[in-house]
Amino acid sequence: MANKVYDWLDERLGLSTIYSVTLDRKVPKVNWWFTLGSASLFLFIIQGVTGVFLAVYYVPSPDHAYDSIQYIMNGVAFGWLIRGIHHWGASLMVIFVFAHMLRTFFFGAYKFPRELTWVTGVVLLLATLGMGFTGYLLPWNQRAYWATTVGTEIAGTVPLIGPFITAALRGGTDLSGVTLARFFAVHIWFLPAVILGMIGVHIYMIIRLGIAGIPDKDD
Amino acid sequence: MAKSPHLSRNEFVKIVVGAVGTLIGSVIALPAVGYIVSPALAAIRGNSKDTWIPVGPLGNYPLGVPTLFSFTRTKINGWEKTTNSYGVFIYRKNEGETIAFSNICTHLSCRVNWNEERQQYLCPCHDAQFTIEGAVAGGPPPRPMDRYPTKVEDGTLFINFVEG
Ligand code: HEM
Ligand code: FES
Repeated sequence: MANKVYDWLDERLGLSTIYSVTLDRKVPKVNWWFTLGSASLFLFIIQGVTGVFLAVYYVPSPDHAYDSIQYIMNGVAFGWLIRGIHHWGASLMVIFVFAHMLRTFFFGAYKFPRELTWVTGVVLLLATLGMGFTGYLLPWNQRAYWATTVGTEIAGTVPLIGPFITAALRGGTDLSGVTLARFFAVHIWFLPAVILGMIGVHIYMIIRLGIAGIPDKDD
Repeated sequence: MAKSPHLSRNEFVKIVVGAVGTLIGSVIALPAVGYIVSPALAAIRGNSKDTWIPVGPLGNYPLGVPTLFSFTRTKINGWEKTTNSYGVFIYRKNEGETIAFSNICTHLSCRVNWNEERQQYLCPCHDAQFTIEGAVAGGPPPRPMDRYPTKVEDGTLFINFVEG
């Protein structure tokens, strides 16, 4: 029965071709450092899933943000677990993405023809850091408030346009409900969209080119 | 190879993978589902408590004419206080008998109005009609209007309100 269903779907969707095209490729001799990209991808998916669940109860308004998170932690079954995974996953993801970048750098994997994999990777790293920056404000507690005050103030030290950047980040001169709303929008819509698109190109490049092996003395 | 009475390695692996997969799947799915439905579970487990709400001196209500009394109750829903308003039709049938009707239509919860001319409660949503005693006189409602228990103490009328 299961086979029949699979065959029916396969005939129309070409499931086995997906497999052969994406996964059936030659892999050079590799080591554990080569798993960091997949680990980053896994963490991104975990962040996406737990984030969607947090959005069920979280409210991005100065009146309710803090209380809604208290409710998630104490009032909802497993809320502590889902928030905990999202919280620690955020730091882990930055660490893994960064380590993955170091691995591709030290193994020279960014060289021709993989320059664009590197460039999309840079965008992914920046977007990941942006996720951390925007997500940190959302609990709307003292630490969040002052960290974002400082962060947006630092952006203001850019010559000439600094004050404008601060105001653009904050949505006004002060840190306010407007700031919270836009950080929320960037955190759940803008940056995830960028990251998804970039992961798409990144992975496409890997499927197309295969991964670079460990360089030897001649490289 | 002759079919042995024992599990083949292939079958064994399939069963183990299936079992472990189900286990991992449920360890992930249970918290996820619990998280989503937990406010509903809390509501069903019900911290429902009933209170007697004073609706004013009995003498305020005319005999024979259902009169609307409105009141609000606040309760905590998740992270905020929700204020709900309720309406109750006080119908003094005679000196000794008072009925308190909820104005919530028993069809799909719109609010009914008393129509003096027709001597009926009418629902604006799907045209339900109830008699002055709350019985269904027409339209889609499945049961008569709901009533609150009443009592009179020192001339003040109370209704028994169950907080859900
Ligand atoms: C969200 C973040 C990222 C994800 C999900 C991701 C995912 C992946 C995956 C699954 C691979 C396959 C090979 C491996 O795992 O080592 C890979 C390769 C690669 N990544 Fe990333 N990556 C991310 C960020 C970055 C960053 C920040 C850089 C560098 C600036 C980068 C540069 C590269 C390069 C150059 C390769 C090709 C490696 C090769 O062909 O051997 N990636 N990436
Ligand atoms: S809700 Fe009153 S008639 Fe449908």
